[in-house]
Amino acid sequence: MIDALFAPFQYEFMQRAFVAALVVGTLCSTIGVYVVLRKLSFIGDGIAHASFAGIVIAYLRGLDYYIGAAAVAVVTAVGIGYVNRRGKVSLDTAIGVLFTGAFALGVFLMSRLPTYNIDLQGFLFGNILAVSRGDIITILVLSAIVAGALVLLYRPLLYTSFDPVVAEASGIRAGVVSYVLLILLALTIVVSLEAVGIVLVAALLVTPAATAYQLTRSFRRMVALSAAIGAFCAVAGLYASYYLHAASGATIVLLVTLAFFTAMLSKRIWQHAP
Amino acid sequence: MSAPAVRAHDLSVRYDRLLALDKIDLTLENGQALGIVGPNGSGKSTLLKTIAGLVAPASGVLEVFGAAPHSLPPGTIAYVPQVEAVDWSFPANVYDIVAMGRFPRMHPLRRFSKADRAAVDSALAALRLGDLRGRHISELSGGQQQRAFVARAIAQEPQLLLLDEPTTGVDAATEEALRELVRGLVAGGLPVLMTTHDLERAPEWFDRLMVVDRRVLAEGDPLTVLESGAYAGIREHVHTHGHARVENAEERTSL
Repeated sequence: MIDALFAPFQYEFMQRAFVAALVVGTLCSTIGVYVVLRKLSFIGDGIAHASFAGIVIAYLRGLDYYIGAAAVAVVTAVGIGYVNRRGKVSLDTAIGVLFTGAFALGVFLMSRLPTYNIDLQGFLFGNILAVSRGDIITILVLSAIVAGALVLLYRPLLYTSFDPVVAEASGIRAGVVSYVLLILLALTIVVSLEAVGIVLVAALLVTPAATAYQLTRSFRRMVALSAAIGAFCAVAGLYASYYLHAASGATIVLLVTLAFFTAMLSKRIWQHAP
Repeated sequence: MSAPAVRAHDLSVRYDRLLALDKIDLTLENGQALGIVGPNGSGKSTLLKTIAGLVAPASGVLEVFGAAPHSLPPGTIAYVPQVEAVDWSFPANVYDIVAMGRFPRMHPLRRFSKADRAAVDSALAALRLGDLRGRHISELSGGQQQRAFVARAIAQEPQLLLLDEPTTGVDAATEEALRELVRGLVAGGLPVLMTTHDLERAPEWFDRLMVVDRRVLAEGDPLTVLESGAYAGIREHVHTHGHARVENAEERTSL
Protein backbone atom coordinates (compact mmCIF):
# COMPACT_ATOMS: atom_id res chain seq x y z
CA MET A 1 0.00 0.00 0.00
CA ILE A 2 2.77 2.41 1.01
CA ASP A 3 4.72 1.42 -2.08
CA ALA A 4 1.70 2.15 -4.26
CA LEU A 5 1.35 5.55 -2.59
CA PHE A 6 4.92 6.54 -3.35
CA ALA A 7 5.42 4.69 -6.63
CA PRO A 8 4.50 7.66 -8.86
CA PHE A 9 7.04 9.87 -7.06
CA GLN A 10 9.98 7.90 -8.43
CA TYR A 11 9.51 9.90 -11.62
CA GLU A 12 10.51 13.55 -11.61
CA PHE A 13 7.73 14.47 -14.03
CA MET A 14 5.18 12.98 -11.61
CA GLN A 15 6.62 15.00 -8.73
CA ARG A 16 6.12 18.16 -10.76
CA ALA A 17 2.66 17.00 -11.79
CA PHE A 18 1.64 16.51 -8.14
CA VAL A 19 2.87 19.99 -7.20
CA ALA A 20 0.95 21.46 -10.14
CA ALA A 21 -2.19 19.47 -9.30
CA LEU A 22 -2.11 20.50 -5.64
CA VAL A 23 -1.58 24.20 -6.39
CA VAL A 24 -4.04 24.39 -9.28
CA GLY A 25 -6.67 22.34 -7.42
CA THR A 26 -6.44 24.56 -4.34
CA LEU A 27 -6.34 27.86 -6.22
CA CYS A 28 -9.18 27.11 -8.65
CA SER A 29 -11.48 25.84 -5.93
CA THR A 30 -10.74 28.82 -3.65
CA ILE A 31 -11.47 31.52 -6.23
CA GLY A 32 -14.27 29.26 -7.43
CA VAL A 33 -16.26 30.16 -4.30
CA TYR A 34 -16.68 33.68 -5.72
CA VAL A 35 -17.40 32.25 -9.17
CA VAL A 36 -20.29 30.20 -7.76
CA LEU A 37 -21.65 32.86 -5.37
CA ARG A 38 -21.52 35.58 -8.04
CA LYS A 39 -23.03 33.21 -10.60
CA LEU A 40 -20.04 33.52 -12.93
CA SER A 41 -19.80 29.82 -13.82
CA PHE A 42 -20.00 30.46 -17.56
CA ILE A 43 -17.22 33.04 -17.39
CA GLY A 44 -14.51 30.50 -16.50
CA ASP A 45 -15.35 28.51 -19.60
CA GLY A 46 -15.41 31.69 -21.66
CA ILE A 47 -12.06 33.05 -20.51
CA ALA A 48 -10.42 29.64 -20.93
CA HIS A 49 -11.61 29.37 -24.53
CA ALA A 50 -10.58 32.96 -25.25
CA SER A 51 -7.04 32.26 -24.03
CA PHE A 52 -6.62 29.95 -27.01
CA ALA A 53 -6.18 33.04 -29.20
CA GLY A 54 -3.35 34.15 -26.90
CA ILE A 55 -1.64 30.79 -27.24
CA VAL A 56 -1.72 31.06 -31.05
CA ILE A 57 -0.53 34.69 -30.99
CA ALA A 58 2.32 33.74 -28.64
CA TYR A 59 3.28 30.93 -31.03
CA LEU A 60 3.30 33.35 -33.97
CA ARG A 61 5.42 35.85 -32.08
CA GLY A 62 7.73 33.29 -30.53
CA LEU A 63 6.66 34.25 -27.01
CA ASP A 64 5.98 32.12 -23.94
CA TYR A 65 2.50 30.59 -24.17
CA TYR A 66 1.72 31.80 -20.64
CA ILE A 67 2.27 35.43 -21.67
CA GLY A 68 0.00 35.18 -24.69
CA ALA A 69 -2.71 33.26 -22.84
CA ALA A 70 -2.57 35.60 -19.83
CA ALA A 71 -2.74 38.75 -22.00
CA VAL A 72 -5.78 37.60 -24.00
CA ALA A 73 -7.47 36.08 -20.92
CA VAL A 74 -7.11 39.33 -18.96
CA VAL A 75 -8.26 41.49 -21.89
CA THR A 76 -11.26 39.21 -22.44
CA ALA A 77 -12.13 39.18 -18.73
CA VAL A 78 -11.97 42.98 -18.48
CA GLY A 79 -13.83 43.28 -21.80
CA ILE A 80 -16.62 41.06 -20.49
CA GLY A 81 -16.92 43.25 -17.40
CA TYR A 82 -16.89 46.43 -19.49
CA VAL A 83 -19.49 45.27 -22.00
CA ASN A 84 -21.71 44.04 -19.17
CA ARG A 85 -21.51 47.31 -17.22
CA ARG A 86 -21.34 49.87 -19.99
CA GLY A 87 -23.13 48.12 -22.80
CA LYS A 88 -26.13 47.27 -20.60
CA VAL A 89 -26.19 43.69 -21.85
CA SER A 90 -26.50 40.70 -19.56
CA LEU A 91 -23.36 38.98 -18.31
CA ASP A 92 -24.01 35.72 -20.17
CA THR A 93 -24.49 37.66 -23.42
CA ALA A 94 -21.24 39.60 -22.86
CA ILE A 95 -19.39 36.34 -22.21
CA GLY A 96 -20.98 34.69 -25.26
CA VAL A 97 -19.95 37.56 -27.54
CA LEU A 98 -16.38 38.00 -26.31
CA PHE A 99 -15.25 34.43 -25.78
CA THR A 100 -16.53 33.15 -29.11
CA GLY A 101 -14.95 36.16 -30.81
CA ALA A 102 -11.57 35.55 -29.16
CA PHE A 103 -11.73 31.79 -29.76
CA ALA A 104 -12.58 32.40 -33.42
CA LEU A 105 -9.57 34.73 -33.66
CA GLY A 106 -7.36 31.90 -32.42
CA VAL A 107 -8.83 29.43 -34.94
CA PHE A 108 -8.56 32.03 -37.73
CA LEU A 109 -4.90 32.76 -37.01
CA MET A 110 -4.06 29.08 -36.73
CA SER A 111 -5.87 28.23 -39.96
CA ARG A 112 -3.65 30.68 -41.85
CA LEU A 113 -0.48 28.91 -40.76
CA PRO A 114 0.95 26.55 -43.39
CA THR A 115 2.24 24.28 -40.63
CA TYR A 116 2.17 24.46 -36.86
CA ASN A 117 3.46 22.46 -33.96
CA ILE A 118 1.25 23.75 -31.15
CA ASP A 119 0.22 20.90 -28.84
CA LEU A 120 -3.45 21.66 -29.44
CA GLN A 121 -4.72 18.59 -27.61
CA GLY A 122 -2.51 19.46 -24.65
CA PHE A 123 -4.03 22.92 -24.35
CA LEU A 124 -7.59 21.72 -24.95
CA PHE A 125 -7.54 18.81 -22.50
CA GLY A 126 -4.44 19.52 -20.41
CA ASN A 127 -1.22 17.56 -20.06
CA ILE A 128 -0.11 17.82 -16.46
CA LEU A 129 2.59 15.20 -16.97
CA ALA A 130 4.35 17.58 -19.36
CA VAL A 131 4.68 20.37 -16.78
CA SER A 132 8.28 21.56 -16.79
CA ARG A 133 10.38 23.05 -14.01
CA GLY A 134 9.81 26.48 -15.61
CA ASP A 135 6.05 25.84 -15.69
CA ILE A 136 6.12 25.03 -11.98
CA ILE A 137 7.84 28.33 -11.20
CA THR A 138 5.29 30.24 -13.33
CA ILE A 139 2.42 28.37 -11.67
CA LEU A 140 3.78 29.08 -8.17
CA VAL A 141 4.44 32.79 -8.85
CA LEU A 142 1.05 33.43 -10.47
CA SER A 143 -0.71 31.42 -7.77
CA ALA A 144 1.04 33.42 -5.04
CA ILE A 145 -0.09 36.68 -6.70
CA VAL A 146 -3.70 35.48 -6.97
CA ALA A 147 -3.75 34.05 -3.44
CA GLY A 148 -2.24 37.25 -1.99
CA ALA A 149 -4.82 39.39 -3.78
CA LEU A 150 -7.65 37.16 -2.53
CA VAL A 151 -6.43 37.58 1.05
CA LEU A 152 -6.10 41.37 0.70
CA LEU A 153 -9.50 41.70 -0.95
CA TYR A 154 -11.28 39.22 1.30
CA ARG A 155 -13.72 41.70 2.85
CA PRO A 156 -14.52 43.78 -0.27
CA LEU A 157 -14.99 40.57 -2.27
CA LEU A 158 -17.27 39.07 0.37
CA TYR A 159 -19.36 42.24 0.78
CA THR A 160 -19.73 42.91 -2.96
CA SER A 161 -20.53 39.25 -3.61
CA PHE A 162 -23.43 39.43 -1.18
CA ASP A 163 -24.73 42.98 -1.65
CA PRO A 164 -22.88 45.02 -4.30
CA VAL A 165 -25.31 47.97 -4.18
CA VAL A 166 -25.06 48.64 -0.46
CA ALA A 167 -21.32 47.91 -0.49
CA GLU A 168 -20.91 50.55 -3.21
CA ALA A 169 -22.97 53.06 -1.23
CA SER A 170 -20.77 52.47 1.81
CA GLY A 171 -17.69 53.45 -0.18
CA ILE A 172 -16.40 50.10 -1.45
CA ARG A 173 -15.67 50.37 -5.17
CA ALA A 174 -17.76 47.39 -6.26
CA GLY A 175 -16.93 47.93 -9.93
CA VAL A 176 -13.17 47.96 -9.30
CA VAL A 177 -13.44 44.88 -7.07
CA SER A 178 -15.38 43.13 -9.82
CA TYR A 179 -12.72 43.92 -12.44
CA VAL A 180 -9.92 42.78 -10.12
CA LEU A 181 -11.75 39.50 -9.52
CA LEU A 182 -12.09 38.97 -13.27
CA ILE A 183 -8.34 39.57 -13.73
CA LEU A 184 -7.52 37.14 -10.90
CA LEU A 185 -9.86 34.64 -12.50
CA ALA A 186 -8.10 35.06 -15.84
CA LEU A 187 -4.69 34.44 -14.21
CA THR A 188 -6.04 31.38 -12.37
CA ILE A 189 -7.33 29.94 -15.62
CA VAL A 190 -3.99 30.50 -17.34
CA VAL A 191 -2.21 28.78 -14.45
CA SER A 192 -4.56 25.81 -14.83
CA LEU A 193 -4.40 25.34 -18.60
CA GLU A 194 -1.44 22.97 -18.52
CA ALA A 195 -3.05 20.87 -15.79
CA VAL A 196 -6.63 20.44 -16.97
CA GLY A 197 -6.86 22.27 -20.29
CA ILE A 198 -9.20 24.82 -21.83
CA VAL A 199 -12.21 22.54 -22.00
CA LEU A 200 -12.10 21.25 -18.42
CA VAL A 201 -10.80 24.19 -16.36
CA ALA A 202 -14.31 25.53 -15.74
CA ALA A 203 -15.14 22.33 -13.87
CA LEU A 204 -12.28 22.85 -11.43
CA LEU A 205 -13.46 26.43 -10.86
CA VAL A 206 -17.10 25.58 -10.31
CA THR A 207 -17.56 22.03 -9.05
CA PRO A 208 -15.54 22.00 -5.78
CA ALA A 209 -17.18 25.28 -4.71
CA ALA A 210 -20.62 24.01 -5.74
CA THR A 211 -19.93 20.85 -3.72
CA ALA A 212 -18.94 22.88 -0.65
CA TYR A 213 -22.08 25.01 -1.12
CA GLN A 214 -24.14 21.83 -0.64
CA LEU A 215 -22.45 21.06 2.65
CA THR A 216 -22.28 24.35 4.59
CA ARG A 217 -24.03 27.65 5.13
CA SER A 218 -20.95 29.45 6.42
CA PHE A 219 -18.79 31.42 3.99
CA ARG A 220 -15.49 30.64 5.73
CA ARG A 221 -16.31 26.94 5.92
CA MET A 222 -17.34 27.03 2.26
CA VAL A 223 -13.94 28.44 1.27
CA ALA A 224 -12.07 25.88 3.40
CA LEU A 225 -14.18 22.95 2.20
CA SER A 226 -13.96 23.99 -1.43
CA ALA A 227 -10.16 24.33 -1.25
CA ALA A 228 -9.88 20.94 0.49
CA ILE A 229 -12.14 19.22 -2.05
CA GLY A 230 -10.29 20.82 -4.98
CA ALA A 231 -6.85 19.91 -3.62
CA PHE A 232 -7.87 16.36 -2.68
CA CYS A 233 -9.58 15.63 -6.00
CA ALA A 234 -6.68 17.07 -8.01
CA VAL A 235 -4.11 14.91 -6.21
CA ALA A 236 -6.35 11.82 -5.98
CA GLY A 237 -7.34 12.25 -9.63
CA LEU A 238 -3.70 12.31 -10.61
CA TYR A 239 -3.04 9.12 -8.64
CA ALA A 240 -6.07 7.47 -10.24
CA SER A 241 -5.00 8.52 -13.73
CA TYR A 242 -1.52 7.07 -13.08
CA TYR A 243 -2.88 3.66 -12.18
CA LEU A 244 -5.77 3.67 -14.68
CA HIS A 245 -3.57 4.91 -17.54
CA ALA A 246 -6.16 7.60 -18.23
CA ALA A 247 -6.02 11.32 -19.07
CA SER A 248 -5.18 13.14 -15.82
CA GLY A 249 -7.28 16.29 -16.45
CA ALA A 250 -10.38 14.26 -17.26
CA THR A 251 -9.84 11.97 -14.24
CA ILE A 252 -9.54 14.97 -11.90
CA VAL A 253 -12.72 16.53 -13.27
CA LEU A 254 -14.59 13.20 -13.04
CA LEU A 255 -13.56 12.95 -9.41
CA VAL A 256 -14.83 16.44 -8.49
CA THR A 257 -18.05 15.68 -10.35
CA LEU A 258 -18.41 12.50 -8.30
CA ALA A 259 -17.77 14.54 -5.13
CA PHE A 260 -20.52 16.98 -6.15
CA PHE A 261 -23.17 14.31 -6.65
CA THR A 262 -22.10 12.52 -3.46
CA ALA A 263 -22.52 15.78 -1.52
CA MET A 264 -25.87 16.48 -3.16
CA LEU A 265 -27.23 13.02 -2.39
CA SER A 266 -25.82 13.09 1.16
CA LYS A 267 -27.54 16.41 1.76
CA ARG A 268 -30.88 15.08 0.52
CA ILE A 269 -30.59 11.95 2.66
CA TRP A 270 -29.58 14.04 5.69
CA GLN A 271 -32.50 16.43 5.19
CA HIS A 272 -35.01 13.58 4.87
CA ALA A 273 -33.63 11.61 7.78
CA PRO A 274 -36.18 11.21 10.62
CA MET B 1 -19.08 76.63 10.09
CA SER B 2 -19.02 73.02 8.82
CA ALA B 3 -20.72 71.99 5.58
CA PRO B 4 -24.25 70.57 5.85
CA ALA B 5 -24.58 66.80 5.73
CA VAL B 6 -26.39 67.04 2.40
CA ARG B 7 -26.83 70.01 0.10
CA ALA B 8 -28.60 69.70 -3.24
CA HIS B 9 -29.31 72.60 -5.53
CA ASP B 10 -31.19 72.33 -8.82
CA LEU B 11 -30.46 68.59 -8.71
CA SER B 12 -31.91 66.70 -11.67
CA VAL B 13 -31.61 62.99 -12.39
CA ARG B 14 -32.49 61.19 -15.60
CA TYR B 15 -32.94 57.57 -16.56
CA ASP B 16 -32.18 57.82 -20.25
CA ARG B 17 -34.82 60.29 -21.45
CA LEU B 18 -37.04 60.05 -18.41
CA LEU B 19 -36.69 62.84 -15.88
CA ALA B 20 -36.79 61.17 -12.45
CA LEU B 21 -35.93 64.23 -10.33
CA ASP B 22 -36.39 67.80 -11.45
CA LYS B 23 -34.37 70.62 -9.88
CA ILE B 24 -34.45 69.40 -6.29
CA ASP B 25 -33.27 71.78 -3.56
CA LEU B 26 -32.48 70.12 -0.26
CA THR B 27 -30.42 70.82 2.83
CA LEU B 28 -29.90 68.36 5.67
CA GLU B 29 -27.96 69.49 8.73
CA ASN B 30 -26.19 67.26 11.25
CA GLY B 31 -28.47 66.00 14.00
CA GLN B 32 -31.57 66.32 11.86
CA ALA B 33 -34.05 63.75 10.54
CA LEU B 34 -35.60 64.61 7.19
CA GLY B 35 -38.56 62.56 5.97
CA ILE B 36 -39.29 62.21 2.26
CA VAL B 37 -42.85 61.37 1.26
CA GLY B 38 -44.39 61.00 -2.14
CA PRO B 39 -46.33 58.46 -4.19
CA ASN B 40 -44.80 55.41 -5.80
CA GLY B 41 -42.58 56.44 -8.70
CA SER B 42 -42.14 59.98 -7.42
CA GLY B 43 -38.35 59.65 -7.29
CA LYS B 44 -37.92 59.17 -3.51
CA SER B 45 -35.69 56.11 -3.88
CA THR B 46 -33.82 57.78 -6.75
CA LEU B 47 -33.07 60.73 -4.47
CA LEU B 48 -31.58 58.42 -1.83
CA LYS B 49 -29.59 56.46 -4.43
CA THR B 50 -28.22 59.71 -5.86
CA ILE B 51 -27.12 60.93 -2.45
CA ALA B 52 -25.56 57.49 -1.84
CA GLY B 53 -23.53 57.92 -5.03
CA LEU B 54 -25.26 55.06 -6.81
CA VAL B 55 -26.91 57.23 -9.46
CA ALA B 56 -25.13 60.11 -11.18
CA PRO B 57 -26.94 63.46 -11.31
CA ALA B 58 -27.81 64.78 -14.78
CA SER B 59 -27.33 68.37 -13.64
CA GLY B 60 -27.20 70.56 -10.57
CA VAL B 61 -25.15 70.47 -7.39
CA LEU B 62 -25.01 67.63 -4.88
CA GLU B 63 -22.66 67.73 -1.93
CA VAL B 64 -22.41 65.38 1.04
CA PHE B 65 -20.33 67.00 3.77
CA GLY B 66 -19.14 69.47 1.13
CA ALA B 67 -17.91 66.84 -1.35
CA ALA B 68 -19.23 64.64 -4.14
CA PRO B 69 -20.69 61.40 -2.67
CA HIS B 70 -18.25 59.08 -4.46
CA SER B 71 -15.21 61.02 -3.19
CA LEU B 72 -16.08 60.57 0.50
CA PRO B 73 -13.97 58.29 2.72
CA PRO B 74 -15.31 54.70 2.87
CA GLY B 75 -17.92 54.17 5.55
CA THR B 76 -19.26 57.74 5.51
CA ILE B 77 -22.70 56.86 4.12
CA ALA B 78 -24.85 53.94 5.21
CA TYR B 79 -27.75 53.09 2.91
CA VAL B 80 -30.60 50.67 3.53
CA PRO B 81 -32.56 50.06 0.32
CA GLN B 82 -36.28 49.44 0.25
CA VAL B 83 -35.92 45.99 -1.23
CA GLU B 84 -32.72 44.02 -0.80
CA ALA B 85 -31.96 42.25 -4.06
CA VAL B 86 -29.61 39.71 -2.49
CA ASP B 87 -29.25 35.97 -2.83
CA TRP B 88 -30.96 34.66 0.30
CA SER B 89 -29.14 31.33 0.03
CA PHE B 90 -25.78 33.12 0.44
CA PRO B 91 -23.71 31.34 3.11
CA ALA B 92 -24.09 33.92 5.88
CA ASN B 93 -25.94 34.26 9.16
CA VAL B 94 -27.29 37.41 10.82
CA TYR B 95 -24.00 38.16 12.60
CA ASP B 96 -22.06 37.82 9.33
CA ILE B 97 -24.39 40.29 7.60
CA VAL B 98 -24.24 42.87 10.37
CA ALA B 99 -20.44 42.47 10.60
CA MET B 100 -20.19 43.53 6.94
CA GLY B 101 -21.07 47.02 8.13
CA ARG B 102 -17.56 47.23 9.60
CA PHE B 103 -15.82 46.28 6.34
CA PRO B 104 -15.69 49.67 4.54
CA ARG B 105 -13.40 51.26 7.12
CA MET B 106 -11.19 48.24 7.78
CA HIS B 107 -7.65 48.02 6.46
CA PRO B 108 -7.22 44.80 4.44
CA LEU B 109 -4.82 43.25 6.94
CA ARG B 110 -6.50 44.47 10.12
CA ARG B 111 -8.24 41.79 12.15
CA PHE B 112 -11.75 42.19 13.51
CA SER B 113 -11.09 44.09 16.74
CA LYS B 114 -12.89 44.28 20.07
CA ALA B 115 -14.33 47.62 18.97
CA ASP B 116 -15.67 46.01 15.78
CA ARG B 117 -17.27 43.20 17.74
CA ALA B 118 -18.73 45.68 20.24
CA ALA B 119 -20.24 47.76 17.40
CA VAL B 120 -21.81 44.65 15.86
CA ASP B 121 -23.14 43.42 19.22
CA SER B 122 -24.56 46.86 19.96
CA ALA B 123 -26.29 47.04 16.56
CA LEU B 124 -27.72 43.54 17.03
CA ALA B 125 -29.04 44.49 20.47
CA ALA B 126 -30.49 47.78 19.20
CA LEU B 127 -32.48 45.93 16.53
CA ARG B 128 -33.41 43.10 18.95
CA LEU B 129 -31.53 40.54 16.88
CA GLY B 130 -29.31 39.14 19.63
CA ASP B 131 -31.13 35.81 19.76
CA LEU B 132 -31.05 35.47 15.98
CA ARG B 133 -27.35 36.20 15.49
CA GLY B 134 -26.51 32.63 14.45
CA ARG B 135 -29.55 32.15 12.24
CA HIS B 136 -29.09 31.83 8.47
CA ILE B 137 -30.57 34.78 6.56
CA SER B 138 -32.95 32.55 4.61
CA GLU B 139 -34.62 31.55 7.89
CA LEU B 140 -35.63 35.11 8.79
CA SER B 141 -39.02 36.70 8.26
CA GLY B 142 -39.24 39.77 6.03
CA GLY B 143 -39.26 42.08 9.04
CA GLN B 144 -36.27 40.32 10.61
CA GLN B 145 -34.34 40.59 7.35
CA GLN B 146 -35.09 44.31 7.22
CA ARG B 147 -33.89 44.69 10.82
CA ALA B 148 -30.67 42.85 9.98
CA PHE B 149 -29.94 45.31 7.18
CA VAL B 150 -30.68 48.30 9.39
CA ALA B 151 -28.38 46.75 12.02
CA ARG B 152 -25.63 46.45 9.40
CA ALA B 153 -26.01 50.17 8.64
CA ILE B 154 -25.87 51.02 12.37
CA ALA B 155 -22.79 48.82 12.90
CA GLN B 156 -21.07 50.83 10.18
CA GLU B 157 -21.21 53.90 12.47
CA PRO B 158 -21.80 56.17 9.48
CA GLN B 159 -21.86 59.95 9.37
CA LEU B 160 -25.02 59.94 7.23
CA LEU B 161 -27.83 57.39 7.34
CA LEU B 162 -30.14 56.86 4.35
CA LEU B 163 -33.19 54.68 4.98
CA ASP B 164 -35.58 53.76 2.16
CA GLU B 165 -38.92 52.82 3.72
CA PRO B 166 -37.38 50.76 6.53
CA THR B 167 -40.73 50.17 8.25
CA THR B 168 -42.25 48.28 5.33
CA GLY B 169 -43.21 44.78 6.46
CA VAL B 170 -42.24 45.22 10.11
CA ASP B 171 -44.62 44.85 13.04
CA ALA B 172 -45.73 47.74 15.24
CA ALA B 173 -43.29 46.92 18.06
CA THR B 174 -40.33 46.77 15.68
CA GLU B 175 -41.42 50.00 14.02
CA GLU B 176 -41.51 51.73 17.39
CA ALA B 177 -38.09 50.29 18.33
CA LEU B 178 -36.75 51.52 15.00
CA ARG B 179 -38.21 54.97 15.55
CA GLU B 180 -36.65 55.20 19.01
CA LEU B 181 -33.34 54.04 17.56
CA VAL B 182 -33.40 56.65 14.80
CA ARG B 183 -34.40 59.42 17.21
CA GLY B 184 -31.56 58.38 19.51
CA LEU B 185 -29.05 58.49 16.67
CA VAL B 186 -30.35 61.88 15.55
CA ALA B 187 -30.09 63.17 19.13
CA GLY B 188 -26.47 62.03 19.05
CA GLY B 189 -25.86 64.25 16.00
CA LEU B 190 -26.35 61.79 13.13
CA PRO B 191 -28.20 63.21 10.10
CA VAL B 192 -30.87 60.83 8.81
CA LEU B 193 -32.72 60.94 5.49
CA MET B 194 -35.63 58.53 5.26
CA THR B 195 -38.46 57.83 2.84
CA THR B 196 -41.81 56.70 4.18
CA HIS B 197 -45.45 56.22 3.35
CA ASP B 198 -46.55 56.59 6.95
CA LEU B 199 -47.79 60.18 6.98
CA GLU B 200 -49.63 59.95 10.27
CA ARG B 201 -46.52 59.23 12.30
CA ALA B 202 -44.21 61.51 10.33
CA PRO B 203 -44.14 64.21 13.05
CA GLU B 204 -42.90 61.59 15.56
CA TRP B 205 -40.09 60.48 13.25
CA PHE B 206 -38.83 63.63 11.59
CA ASP B 207 -37.68 67.17 12.31
CA ARG B 208 -38.58 68.18 8.76
CA LEU B 209 -40.72 66.69 6.06
CA MET B 210 -40.43 67.02 2.29
CA VAL B 211 -43.11 66.13 -0.24
CA VAL B 212 -41.57 65.00 -3.52
CA ASP B 213 -43.15 64.18 -6.83
CA ARG B 214 -40.09 64.50 -9.07
CA ARG B 215 -40.01 68.09 -7.80
CA VAL B 216 -40.15 69.35 -4.25
CA LEU B 217 -43.80 70.24 -3.65
CA ALA B 218 -43.56 71.20 0.01
CA GLU B 219 -40.91 71.21 2.69
CA GLY B 220 -40.77 72.24 6.31
CA ASP B 221 -42.05 71.32 9.77
CA PRO B 222 -43.91 67.95 9.45
CA LEU B 223 -47.19 69.20 10.95
CA THR B 224 -47.19 72.30 8.78
CA VAL B 225 -46.46 70.29 5.62
CA LEU B 226 -49.16 67.74 6.40
CA GLU B 227 -51.69 70.47 7.12
CA SER B 228 -50.81 72.23 3.87
CA GLY B 229 -52.49 69.36 1.98
CA ALA B 230 -49.59 69.10 -0.50
CA TYR B 231 -49.52 65.31 -0.28
CA ALA B 232 -53.29 64.93 -0.58
CA GLY B 233 -53.06 66.79 -3.88
CA ILE B 234 -50.54 64.27 -5.24
CA ARG B 235 -52.52 61.30 -4.10
CA GLU B 236 -55.46 62.64 -6.06
CA HIS B 237 -53.17 62.94 -9.06
CA VAL B 238 -51.81 59.42 -8.61
CA HIS B 239 -55.24 57.90 -8.49
CA THR B 240 -56.05 59.40 -11.86
CA HIS B 241 -52.71 59.15 -13.69
CA GLY B 242 -50.45 56.61 -11.95
CA HIS B 243 -46.67 56.85 -11.63
CA ALA B 244 -45.21 53.62 -12.83
CA ARG B 245 -42.72 55.08 -15.26
CA VAL B 246 -39.93 56.13 -12.88
CA GLU B 247 -40.10 52.81 -11.05
CA ASN B 248 -39.76 50.93 -14.31
CA ALA B 249 -36.84 53.11 -15.33
CA GLU B 250 -35.11 52.39 -12.00
CA GLU B 251 -35.52 48.67 -12.55
CA ARG B 252 -34.01 48.95 -16.03
CA THR B 253 -30.91 50.75 -14.86
CA SER B 254 -30.20 48.73 -11.73
CA LEU B 255 -28.03 46.09 -13.48
